Amino acid sequence: MPANAFNGFTDFGVGIGLRVPHYQHILSEKPVVSWFEIISENYMIDGGRPLHVLEQILERYRVVQHGVSMYFGSPEPVNREHLKKLKALVRRTQTPWLTDHLCWGSVDGTYSHDLLPMPYTFEAARHTAQKIREVRDFLEIPIAVENVSSYAEFHVSEMTEWEFLTEVVESADCGILLDVNNIYVSSRNHNFDPDDYVDGVPAERVAQIHIAGHSKFEKYILDTHDYPVIDPVWTLYARAVELGGRTATLLEWDDNIPSFAEVHNEALKANRFIPEMAVAS
Amino acid sequence: MNLLEIQHRMLDAVMQPLTPGEQMQPRARDGKSMREVAAEFIKPNDRLSSFERLEIYNRQYWFRVLASLDEDFPGLRAIIGQRRFDALCKAYLVDCPSQSFTLRNLGSRLESWLRSHPEWIQPRASLALDMVRLEWAEIEAFDGAAEPVLTPGDALASEQDPQFSLQPYLQLIKLRYPVDDLLVAIRKDSSEAGMASNAVSERRKQTRVRKVARQKPQAVYLVVHRVEYSVYFKRLEPEAFTFLKALREGKTLSDAVVLAFQRSDVHESNLLGIVQNWFENWSTLGWFCRPKSANQESISSSERQP
Repeated sequence: MPANAFNGFTDFGVGIGLRVPHYQHILSEKPVVSWFEIISENYMIDGGRPLHVLEQILERYRVVQHGVSMYFGSPEPVNREHLKKLKALVRRTQTPWLTDHLCWGSVDGTYSHDLLPMPYTFEAARHTAQKIREVRDFLEIPIAVENVSSYAEFHVSEMTEWEFLTEVVESADCGILLDVNNIYVSSRNHNFDPDDYVDGVPAERVAQIHIAGHSKFEKYILDTHDYPVIDPVWTLYARAVELGGRTATLLEWDDNIPSFAEVHNEALKANRFIPEMAVAS
Repeated sequence: MNLLEIQHRMLDAVMQPLTPGEQMQPRARDGKSMREVAAEFIKPNDRLSSFERLEIYNRQYWFRVLASLDEDFPGLRAIIGQRRFDALCKAYLVDCPSQSFTLRNLGSRLESWLRSHPEWIQPRASLALDMVRLEWAEIEAFDGAAEPVLTPGDALASEQDPQFSLQPYLQLIKLRYPVDDLLVAIRKDSSEAGMASNAVSERRKQTRVRKVARQKPQAVYLVVHRVEYSVYFKRLEPEAFTFLKALREGKTLSDAVVLAFQRSDVHESNLLGIVQNWFENWSTLGWFCRPKSANQESISSSERQP
């Protein structure tokens, strides 16, 4: 199931995040990369170097947009001016699908710039699904929502996180960006079996998978994207691919970013878990 | 507790400043015990209390926003010192929390906030305000819009008394201290900090700041502009600066010339040569652009083509 309605019926392989320290290497060396994920907000600007670099990237590479500020779960209505800017970028990049997080992060126009966890209630699921539909209808491209890492759970929750994710994506009829590192981090922070999560989400809606590293502290794990992927996360990845088939996969590395080659090689390890790619290599 | 109530309570707690030891405050803004507040909506687990779980978000919020301002305002930090800068940023963010989807805009209200809270930047208020204006201008110039550059073939030049549009990314600021040189030097010190120790680098910065602060204020007319997507500072003569300001305000060429030279002792016979020289220089730098209306006309006509 490499292609589905939630990733625009594409068949993208393993990509990496486009990050500033790698700009020069990518533009001068033109490495072979299946696709780049960009953070939409970094390019929702009027001009300057970031857009210039993006134009050059778009000449050679496929790009998928990933957002960090849509806050589908926030109480405010969707900001139309924000959506217009986002749509202009969508037209520029021709992203086949667009992702953002299943979270909230602002109230009454005040922003936390964090991906805050949702209470897993039917009220929250309805509210969030409605906003996802509205954004999808405005942008006119498939949307996939990403499960976030979390450090807190709410008393009012009425279901597990994966049941909530399922409730939201089925109500909104949207896709899932399944972050298996986030599943692992949350499973350790909240004492659940990460396999139950991967097995519990509708595999046919998984448009994309995220892999990443994290930081372990004495009493909790933080999702820091500053280390290679650990084996238990690869195991979850293998399970997700087993259930959903070969899926567009993206390695996130956002802090202490090593060389382009190191990041790309880490990402390409994903191919070991995809039967047809493992045979080919 | 419904979704909105949880979100209000959580955001309120998350955005409350940390203690000096970088922990969550024991009391909420209304004086209630923060342990009780957290326990009302967050579950504890076998390792962390409700308070400790909420504290992770509280700390992440402050680390993130403070790091953002730290990155955007290294000049202000050098002028007032790291400890005072941190305290200033906390106070600013309490009064002016982010109202934008992007951290890029976090410092957009810093200058106006400092004008109403000068106690944070005394006794170097003028110097600090100059630096904040410069650092914000740099942010605006970095990713501001660029319109198509005006070419000699554009019809505009044949008008009798034309108006000229400046690139939107161009920032014109009048300063009282040479903070442009100071900022460049501070950045250089920071980039060389790897070779020397941090303490040496900080001492060097402090010496530079003291030297500039001791100077008698003297007007610096500065353009913050871009060349090949990199931001540069360019000082101008007061007449040239006034001329550009007038053009930006939509004045015609002749009105801008009058304004630029009204207090100048330049002889009238030299005006044409001076203005021509400015135009040559600034055109090379791409500072003039086609007026927006001309761009729109051009787009419409190309859309009409079969």
